[in-house]
This record gives sequence, structure tokens and C-alpha cells, in this order.
Amino acid sequence: MTTVHEAPAAPVPGAEPNGSAWAGLVGGPWQDQVDVRDFVQRNYTPYEGDASFLAGPTARTSHVWDTVSALFPEERAKGVYDIDARTPAGITAHAPGYIDRDAELVVGLQTDAPLRRAIMPNGGWRLVEPALATYGYEVDESLRTIFTTYRKTHNEGVFDAYPPDVRAARRSHVITGLPDAYGRGRIIGDYRRVALYGVDALIEAKRADKLSLDTLPFSEKVVREREEHAEQIRALGELKEMAASYGYDISGPAATAREAVQWLYFAYLGAVKEQNGAAMSLGRTSTFLDVYFQRDLAAGRITEEQAQELVDDLVIKLRIVRFLRTPEYDTLFSGDPTWVTETVGGMGEDGRTLVTRTSFRYLQTLYNLGPAPEPNLTVLWSPDLPRGFKEFCARVSIDTSALQYESDRLIRSAWGDDAAIACCVSPMALGKQMQFFGARVNLAKTLLYAINGGRDEVSGEQVAPAFPAVPVGRPLEYDDVRRRLDTTMDWLAATYVEALNVIHYMHDKYAYERLEMALHDRDVLRTMACGIAGLAVTADSLSAIRYARVTPVFDERGVAVDYEVEGSFPAYGNDGDRADAIAVELVESFMDKIRRQNTYRDAVPTQSVLTITSNVVYGKATGNTPDGRRAGEPFSPGANPMNGRDTHGMLASALSVAKLPYRQAQDGISLTSTVVPSGLGRTRDEQVTNLTGLLDATVGADGYHMNVNVLNRQTLEDAMEHPEKYPQLTIRVSGYAVNFVRLTREQQLDVLSRTFHGSM
Amino acid sequence: MATLATTSGLTSLRSQRLAAMRSGELGSVHSWELVTAVDGPGTRLTVFLAGCPLRCLYCHNPDMLEMRDGRPTAAGQVLARVRRYLPVFRATGGGLTLSGGEVLMQPAFAARLLRGATAMGVHTALDTSGFLGANLTDRMLADTDLVLLDVKSGDPDTYRRVTGADLAPTLAFGRRLAPAGAEGGHAPEVWVRFVLVPGLTDDVGNVEKVADYVAGLDELRPGTVTRVEVLPFHQMGRYKWAALGRRYERGATRPPSPELTERVRDQFRAHGLTTY
Repeated sequence: MTTVHEAPAAPVPGAEPNGSAWAGLVGGPWQDQVDVRDFVQRNYTPYEGDASFLAGPTARTSHVWDTVSALFPEERAKGVYDIDARTPAGITAHAPGYIDRDAELVVGLQTDAPLRRAIMPNGGWRLVEPALATYGYEVDESLRTIFTTYRKTHNEGVFDAYPPDVRAARRSHVITGLPDAYGRGRIIGDYRRVALYGVDALIEAKRADKLSLDTLPFSEKVVREREEHAEQIRALGELKEMAASYGYDISGPAATAREAVQWLYFAYLGAVKEQNGAAMSLGRTSTFLDVYFQRDLAAGRITEEQAQELVDDLVIKLRIVRFLRTPEYDTLFSGDPTWVTETVGGMGEDGRTLVTRTSFRYLQTLYNLGPAPEPNLTVLWSPDLPRGFKEFCARVSIDTSALQYESDRLIRSAWGDDAAIACCVSPMALGKQMQFFGARVNLAKTLLYAINGGRDEVSGEQVAPAFPAVPVGRPLEYDDVRRRLDTTMDWLAATYVEALNVIHYMHDKYAYERLEMALHDRDVLRTMACGIAGLAVTADSLSAIRYARVTPVFDERGVAVDYEVEGSFPAYGNDGDRADAIAVELVESFMDKIRRQNTYRDAVPTQSVLTITSNVVYGKATGNTPDGRRAGEPFSPGANPMNGRDTHGMLASALSVAKLPYRQAQDGISLTSTVVPSGLGRTRDEQVTNLTGLLDATVGADGYHMNVNVLNRQTLEDAMEHPEKYPQLTIRVSGYAVNFVRLTREQQLDVLSRTFHGSM
Repeated sequence: MATLATTSGLTSLRSQRLAAMRSGELGSVHSWELVTAVDGPGTRLTVFLAGCPLRCLYCHNPDMLEMRDGRPTAAGQVLARVRRYLPVFRATGGGLTLSGGEVLMQPAFAARLLRGATAMGVHTALDTSGFLGANLTDRMLADTDLVLLDVKSGDPDTYRRVTGADLAPTLAFGRRLAPAGAEGGHAPEVWVRFVLVPGLTDDVGNVEKVADYVAGLDELRPGTVTRVEVLPFHQMGRYKWAALGRRYERGATRPPSPELTERVRDQFRAHGLTTY
């Protein structure tokens, strides 16, 4: 546990000169050591009411949002709005920037102008150059010299140390999406600490931690940690300097709500100025900030409208976080995502809800500013949440589709009640835990390797260790294939974790997240976050082999490239145990193999069943599969059943996914569900009640996660015009599902009027 | 000898199966689904029983018209699924809906399902045309919380044209549902469904007859009919007819316009009925 050093120099809590900052707060252990959870628990006010207190956008808010929104069309058209191609990123690298200096309540941009992206060459110069070339920016010669001659990058370090096995697996896409060519992300600094303690106290605490390391005998671990602490302390100093450039002294604790929002945002801003992580999540800030809002509201220093304005302004800033990325990255994760995930709601260990008025205020931004995917608002759902909050969430989902839900109980019981989600589904205890993000392996391709004796079904190359392929001219036998798969998964797990060990060793060495880690305790729990893609297609393939008759078709290279399937087989996703059990067993078995590997920094192995949008790329790289899926066709996303094979309704499919045991997939299990409003009820009230019930039922059955897409008319209209964007859009009509883009235009129009007419 | 033994084994299996069907231990089930907001309140386990005595021109489930379209399924198997979904029903305010096909083609099987679900405290709904209403015993009625009554027409000739059968049994069935409650006994709530097919059921007079009848049910026992759902005809079931190689007579019919649908809904509303 980190302790704030009690030297007179440190502005210790309660003492001068910052005594007034904590006036009116309930004291406790948080005053003597860095312990934000304790502060929250002693000071927050649970809110059990409904959404009626919320304020709409002020003219000022709309003006700021409109000003920056006006730049979006150009950004969309060009891919980026602007790039500062000459200034390598850093906490203090850029001059202050504003949207509208006089109107903004919360200030700070990643560079000196909105939407101007920074270059972050420490991750890899090989990423900067192609990105600049893509968008037509000139490469600065002296920077090129520095980063190709004098300064080694993360990317170079990784490729220096990759063994041939890893390179082959990476090339064939059986292991893919690895953060060896982009920042790993998924580390959440506890940005709240800056608001609660001020930077000086945090520096003092880190100095004390470093002192404790100075006395330990030599080991590589100790030296590495000493150096990391020195970097952390330097980063905190730069954070103060950056804030000062905007005219703020954040050396002491925030004294007002506005300062708390500003301090917290500066801390986050420092992180995204320096790190281009795959996901740069915010944490769990709403209930923390609520303490400050409540104090100012009670003292009459601000009104509800002003409180909402501060939240709106913060969210505007979070919406315009931008990173410069390569087209390859974009095909993997489309839509320019940053995963500024903010975790809202949940229940405390003492049984009180962690919902506050500010939890509502965060969701309200989706009305005040209109829907947006960022910040990625994530509700920790529990059947015990106050009804008013549940109903507001359901309403927001129906109106915006912008919320995702995760099981509060599963996360709380594993990581405590001060955990937050990084990226999409990865939970971690704030300030105490970080993960080594590991992308994912392609399980479906692994099955094809098992059938083909380790050869790739596309290239024909020997990727996994050679063994005889399945016999020609005979149907596949389940037990035989499952045994082969087991052996191939052994190889896969070893090769995969080897790759991750190299990546994270090098990332720590060349692109260390010094500010984010400065906002962690000294002793951090690290997880090695492995992942699998193609779970449904693999489970269905095994189900086909087991319950139907599947005969492989070999080509002239002797590679099985297609499968003749006779008879029917149960598919994963219908709440039927035969197929679902196969999926469960695959998850358990791969986790078991991952656990047997040695990990860098003794990280605790975990895995996720998550693809985000990369299911399309994985599918593209994978040949025909024994379930009848054609080569190149997308996998289902995350843990979703294959599209069209879950024929027993959205909840049945959710209940199948809920069978995947969280303890064997502690980095999260992702499910995306799509409904049309009329699939939830005739009236708005009915829809809200039914969605609430569906979430209660899913979480109650130990479902871990649900993305809820409630389709609106615009989406369906867009799907009519651009069917290529919606290959999987499924809608339910009178009790059965149809693939929307395959309907005739006339039928689509009919669905439109049927779905939205009258009832909304 | 071996062949003979097998044959007689088969025969006895078949007769056992028939006996089980008669007793309702076994039914012919086409499929099941967990649906929300469609077949009753909350999220429901809707079980589609195979077989229907009607031959509606626009049927969108022509793949469950015959008993043989389903799979022999034990009542216990269905009830095990109901039990699995108890938490779902509790969380969503849902329950079990028996649909089809026509549920009342298999009254003994339906009776067991209704009894079993009711015994577990599960809300039950029956989606029926009412044509075989006579098959519904009082005991079954006591185990039914909601009837989704499909009144396909108010005019006997139109009804015959649409379904190939008589309207009278449906009307009688509806009237039987209402008074049960008036006498202080258990009476189900009723949602009336009317499929609006342009050129077939959209005649003002026809709709008026349905609306009159429905309003009449409500007079027998106020609060009987809690909602009317006007379901606009759609062509989404067309591919099923083609796949089955059956002749589909509504190929040229277009879905009703929003204006027409609203006109019909307004006709029901004018009788004081909550209509969607």
C-alpha cells in the first residue's frame, strides 16, 4: 500500500496550506494514505431517485459543442482533421489549445488545437511514417534521423526478440492484432488522485515508495522499479507544468467541483498526450466527482445547471480525444475508437448503491450533446440498482444505443467495488491493478491447423509443429479432432504467451506509461490478458463434427480446404446444452493451457472472449470451416453466436453466452445484442420495463456483458442505402428474424413503417 | 425372427407414442423461442405446437400446419425449460405462451403444460384462433391467465374465405371467456388480435363487426379485453410457402398503408378499446 509521506514538505491532508480544500469532508484513512475508495465510501451520497432533476444543455454548452462539431465533417472526409507532424508527443510537448477559450469551463487539449493529432514515435517510427504518408503530411527529416538512428522504439525492440515461431504465427494470422505495432493501452491511471490530493502529495508519496526500493538488494526487478519510479515522478512534475501552461496550479487538492473536474481531466489529458494506447479509459469518476458537486450544491456555490455544464464540458473533451493510427490499425478496429471508457453505477460492498446524481449527469450528456460512442459509458448493472437509475439507463439505451452493461456482481466479487472497465470488458481495481493487453488468437484457424497437421489452410505453410493430417476420404471423428485440437492449442498457448511476454517487456522498456503508472500504487497486480476469437464458429464446427457427418475436401496440396456437411447439428447460442457445452469446454481448456505458461513480471493469466470489430479481419484470414461457414466470412463478434444460427431469441442467445464461466475468462466475455424498439414493447414505458427486465434476467443468469443496440429508423434507412455496412443486421418481424439487408426494398420499407410507426 | 421382433417392437413403440399423445404426456412441438413484448407481457417462452385446423390464406407459419411438422416432445421436457426460465419470468414479468399452429389441436398436451406452469406460479398465455375452443376444458381455463384471441374477421363469409372454416366457434369461445370472471371465478385477460389484409379483411363493415364483437365481450365483463392489436399483413412468410412448395395466394397483396392501419385502429378505439 502506498503511503503519503508525512514530511513537512508534503502538503498533507487537513494540514496547511490546503486545509480548506477538504473542508466539510468526512475524514478517515484516506487522509493519511492514498486511498480514493475510502474517500468515496465516507463521503458520497447514494441517489435513489429518478432523472427528473437533470438539466438540459445551456447555450454556452451548445456553443462549445457546436464549435468543435463543425470540424467533424472535414475530419470524416479526410480521415484526420490535422496532424502536428513535427512535435513528438509528450505531456508538455504542445502549447495550450482551446476550442473557445472564453466559453470553456474545463480546458486542455492533446495538442495546440482541437482534433490536431500528435505523433507518438516512441511506440514505433514504423507507425508514424505510414500514417503521415496516408494523410499527405511530410516527414520531418531530423525526426526520422532521431527515431531511426538514435532512439530505439517499442516496435523495434519487439521484433529484435520475437522467436521464429511467433513470427510465423503472426504472419499466418493465427495470432493477430498484437500490440507490437501500436500502444498496448488498457491501463487506467487513477486520475481521481490528482483531484483529491494534488500533484505534490502524490510526488511525495512516490518519493517515499522509491526510497523503500533504494534499500532493497540488487535484482533486475528492483532496478527496473527504481527507474520506473523516477519516470513516474518526472511525469507528475510535467503534469504540473502542463497545467500551469493553462494557468492552473494543481500542486494542491482541488477545492471546488470545477477544480475537481479540471484537475482530474488534466491528469487524464497528460496520459493521452503521451500514450497512444489501444484503449485509454477514464476509470470510475462520476461518484467521486459527485462528492464535490454535492458539497458545492449544498453550499449554494453552484446550481444543477452549472453542475451539468461541468460534466458536459468534460465529456466534450473526452469526445475529441484523437490518435494518429495506420490504416492497418483502422481495419482491425474500425470507427477511430479510443475507448475512453467510464464506468458508472454498481453496488458497494456495504450494500449501498454507488449510483449518485452525477451518474445520471454523465448519462444526460447523451441528450445534451447528442449520442456518441465516446466516452464509452459502461453501466455496472445489478438487479439491486435503484429503479430510477435502471429506468433511466434503459431509456438512454433505447434513445441512443450508446450504453453497454456489465455484471456488477461478477466484477465486484472478483475485483472489489472500486473497479473500472478498460476498453470494453476488462475490469481492474483502480490504481491497484493493470493489464498486459494481449489481443487474441484465432481459435477457428487453430481448429483448421489441427485438422491439417499444423499447416495453414490458406498459405499451405507449416505454421504449427507438423503431425499427420486427418485421413482422406473419411468423415471427421469428433474424438480424434478434439485430441488434435488439444495438441495444437498447447502449441498455440505457448507461442502466444511467448509473444506477449516479449511485447510487454519491450513496452515497459521503450514506451512505459509513466504518468498512468504514477497514478497507481507501488505494488500493482498485473494480469496477462490473453484472448480468443472465433469461439462460436469453432464450437459450431465441433458440434457439426460431433452431431452431423463432416467430410473434409482436400486440394492438390493435400490441405483440407472445404467440408461436406450432411445432417443437422445443434448450434451454440440457443440455450441448448449440447453445443453450448462445447463452447464452455473450449474456454476452460484454453485458459488452463494459458495458466501453464511463464509470464513476464509474474502477471496473472486471464483471457477475454472479445473481438470488437476485428471479427471481420479474423474471418477474412480464415478458410472454410466445418460448420459450413465460407472462407473469408466474418466470425461473430466476441462471444456472440454465429449470426442467424441463434434462432430462439435474443435472451436465449444471451443465456448461452452466460454459460461461459467468468472465472475462466476474467478479462471479460462480450455479447452484442440488437433489438428494434418494437421488439421491446408497444409503448415507451413498456419498452423501458422490458429492457430493464432483460438486463436483470441476463445479469441474474451470470451474463457478464451486454452491448444493447436499439436500432432506430436512421440506422435502418442507412442500411437500405449502404447494405455493405450492415451485413449482420437482423430484425425480428412477427416472431422470427430476418436479415434486413437481404429483404427487397419494398419489404424494408414495410419493416420501417411497421417498426416505428405509431408506437414511438 | 429378428426382423419380426423389430417390427413388432416398432409397432409397440408407435402405439406407446400414440397413447402418450392421447394422454398429453407427449406433444408435437415445432419450436420454441424466448420473445419479449410480442406474445404477452414481459419476456416469454413461446412454444409453437404443430398442427392447425385452419388454412388461412396469409398464414405466416405455413411450416407448422400439420402435426407431422413438429417433433414429438415430452411435456416434462417443456416444463423443465419453463423451470429453467423461472428467474427470467420473475425478472421480466413474463411467462409461458402456447402458440402454433393451433394449440387446441393438442388439448391434453396443452392442459399438462398449463397445469405444470401454473403449479410453478408462472403466468400462462394461450395464443389461439378459438376455432377449437370447445377443446379447452374449464380446468385448462382455470390455468390460463391470458388469451391471445385471433379474430380473423367479423363476418362469417369473410372468415370462411380467409380460413376455410366457420366463424361461430371463435365467437362462442370469446363469449365463454368473459362471464367466467363475472361469476367470481378465475377468468383470463384477453388480448384480441386482428390481422389486417388489404382486399381481404380491411372492409369497414368487416372491421366494425369485429370491433362490435370485442366491445361486446368487454360488456359481458368489463376489463376482459385489455388490448387489441391490429397486425398489418406482411410478406415475410412468403419464402416459407415457396420452401414448402405450397401454393401461396397472397403473393400480389401489399402490406396495408400506414393510413389504412390507423383507420382500422381508430375503428377499434372508437369502441373504447386500447388498440395498438
